[in-house]
Amino acid sequence: MKQWQNFSKGFFKENAVFVMLLGMCPTLAVTNSAINGLGMGLATTFVLMMSNIVISLIKNLIPNKVRIPTFIVVIAAFVTVVDLVMAGYAPALHEQLGIFIPLIVVNCVVLGRAEAFASKNNVVSSFFDGLGMGLGFAMALTMLGAIREMLGNYSIFGWKFINHDGILVFILSPGAFIALGFLIAFVNKVTKKV
Amino acid sequence: MEYIIIIIGTVLVSNIVLANFLGICPFLGVSGKLATATGMSGAVLFVMTVASIVTWLIQQYVLNPFGLGFLQTISFILVIASLVQVVEIILKKVSPPLYQALGVFLPLITTNCAILGVALLIIQKDFNLLQGTVYAIGNSLGFALALILFAGLREHLELMDVPKGMRGMPIALVVAGILSLAFMGFANLVKI
Repeated sequence: MKQWQNFSKGFFKENAVFVMLLGMCPTLAVTNSAINGLGMGLATTFVLMMSNIVISLIKNLIPNKVRIPTFIVVIAAFVTVVDLVMAGYAPALHEQLGIFIPLIVVNCVVLGRAEAFASKNNVVSSFFDGLGMGLGFAMALTMLGAIREMLGNYSIFGWKFINHDGILVFILSPGAFIALGFLIAFVNKVTKKV
Repeated sequence: MEYIIIIIGTVLVSNIVLANFLGICPFLGVSGKLATATGMSGAVLFVMTVASIVTWLIQQYVLNPFGLGFLQTISFILVIASLVQVVEIILKKVSPPLYQALGVFLPLITTNCAILGVALLIIQKDFNLLQGTVYAIGNSLGFALALILFAGLREHLELMDVPKGMRGMPIALVVAGILSLAFMGFANLVKI
């Protein structure tokens, strides 16, 4: 039951994008299609999960003063793993996401969970927290990517449902800000009933 | 001439915040007041320029000769994190007034993805040291321009009668979108 709570809070109650507004750079930058959003979300989930596990395992060995640099090194190691694996097995997606793969290191969601959760809790809780938070992040990115792709290209996951050019602005950078603004307002409306 | 093109390109055409989506966290986080926005811009200008030079030197003289390219992410983020600490210590000693102005923003900069992003972009674009430095300065000026414009807009937004559900972040994001739309007017001014 407790683990279910650790897992499920990442989806709506403490969703990184909609509620805590963390990790905005990849959220806005790579969501020009649903598949890119999903790819980025899953890459971040992997890093978040692995770094949470490792940090909660070594949390008693790290002196308090150097804990942030240590967290960053652990996170950077897993980001490098993701970067190399993606370059090997999904080169097209790797090309699309470009510089934002190495930038997972400075995604505040990952460091935030390491500092706020993994450094205080046991391995199993940290694993479920990382998985839930990561999948919540992936869900937010996929939603935003799907909305932008539907409006901007009249397609979803690459499947075109209207054979016509879309509203181009939603694929371009201004559309990211505007779509996210309305999406957050909508989520606020649903979850908090403002 | 080449350097002027880099500056115009980074400040206006492909603005780091509004077109490349780097440094969104401070862009949304510290843009509530004009004064904090100016302080943050100063700190970013300083750290980005120094960090870009140092990471370029590391790439050229350490990572490339020894074939350690896969350590790029780890070494860059460590260098940036320690550089921020060093800058903080030196600034405290050498120029207390500057430290007063920038001090609170410096620790935040480690997790500002614009710094790491620009350092990586300079390597990707194969710039030499001088081009890279100018590119970093241009990008930090672009960051400052976007941040200060947005802070000014948000100060006015406080006084507006916004629908209840859109208050706070949603309306700020929509305003940022319109600002980004305005910057698209500069597209194709120069090519870099």
